[in-house]
Amino acid sequence: MRNKASYGQYLKEFFGINVNPHQSVIALAGNPNVGKSTVFNALTGLRQHTGNWAGKTVCNMQGNFVYKHKSFLLVDLPGTYSLLAHTLEEEIARDFICFGRPDITLVVLDATCLERNLNLALQILEITGRVVLCVNLLDEAEKKKIYIDIPELETELGVPVVGTAARKGEGLENLLEALYRMVMGASSTEPRQIIYSQEVEEAIQQLMPEIQFLVGDQLNPRWVALRLLDSDRSFIERISFYLSYRQSYFPSTPEVAIW
Amino acid sequence: MENHSTAYTLADLTVGSIGQVVSVELNGLLRRRILDLGLVPGTPVQCIRKSPAGNPVAYRIRGTLIALRSDDARLIKVYARGN
Repeated sequence: MRNKASYGQYLKEFFGINVNPHQSVIALAGNPNVGKSTVFNALTGLRQHTGNWAGKTVCNMQGNFVYKHKSFLLVDLPGTYSLLAHTLEEEIARDFICFGRPDITLVVLDATCLERNLNLALQILEITGRVVLCVNLLDEAEKKKIYIDIPELETELGVPVVGTAARKGEGLENLLEALYRMVMGASSTEPRQIIYSQEVEEAIQQLMPEIQFLVGDQLNPRWVALRLLDSDRSFIERISFYLSYRQSYFPSTPEVAIW
Repeated sequence: MENHSTAYTLADLTVGSIGQVVSVELNGLLRRRILDLGLVPGTPVQCIRKSPAGNPVAYRIRGTLIALRSDDARLIKVYARGN
């Protein structure tokens, strides 16, 4: 259980986000140009959207909305194709999803090129199961005679999937309902995991117990194992950075050793 | 033309022709980036146009137009698949 007051302080200090104690935090992720900002504006009722995440300004696009008396804080992350290639945008998005501990990560996908968009979605599903997928631009896809089987996608990926045409306001009600159900604990998820070669899987199994001991429930140990196998040094440094600072906010976190 | 034993690279594709990726022989972050864009083995790639100096070159990959430096395109091996 996270302590609401210190969680707010943590988000403010590390991500520049102002959250009220009763708000649920939703991270908004997706490839560039999938209508993420349209979804953001449609949900929050905000209009202006300029210069998202330029330079080192870690987080400024945030907006609030209320649905069924439940208050949400939506945080717009930079558009990225991946969370692994280490551009500044990707690191910001990854750090927030991993260490900001949003209640839900809402991933917006472009229905007209779903295949390429699923790369990011699958990477996020490796980090967390608290994900809602929004297949946007359904109107554009229809023009190109592309039809998406939303229920099948939901079965395949194991998390709620909602189809939208955010520009026209279509599907937003379903999206709000899906977010609401997840924060209320009314939706169970079983996020699709990529199974790697036997060699890699064995290495993951070897690393898991130690990682579990070190990071506790703060991070998905399988994801951390994969990054270790990737010898992703910068990410390992981020883990030490965030988790050691979090000691002061969340004293129950086990001590993190030097990697 | 359909001789699979002949090694082509993306850089050898003429405008309009299609190749199918065999291997991506780039390393590090650029490799990661190329794979993230969907340029994985088996992917069909069409050469769309070349800039006047021949560099960069635009390719259609999974419905998206992507420009690559020819130095990088040379490290991506393909089968020629004709038009």
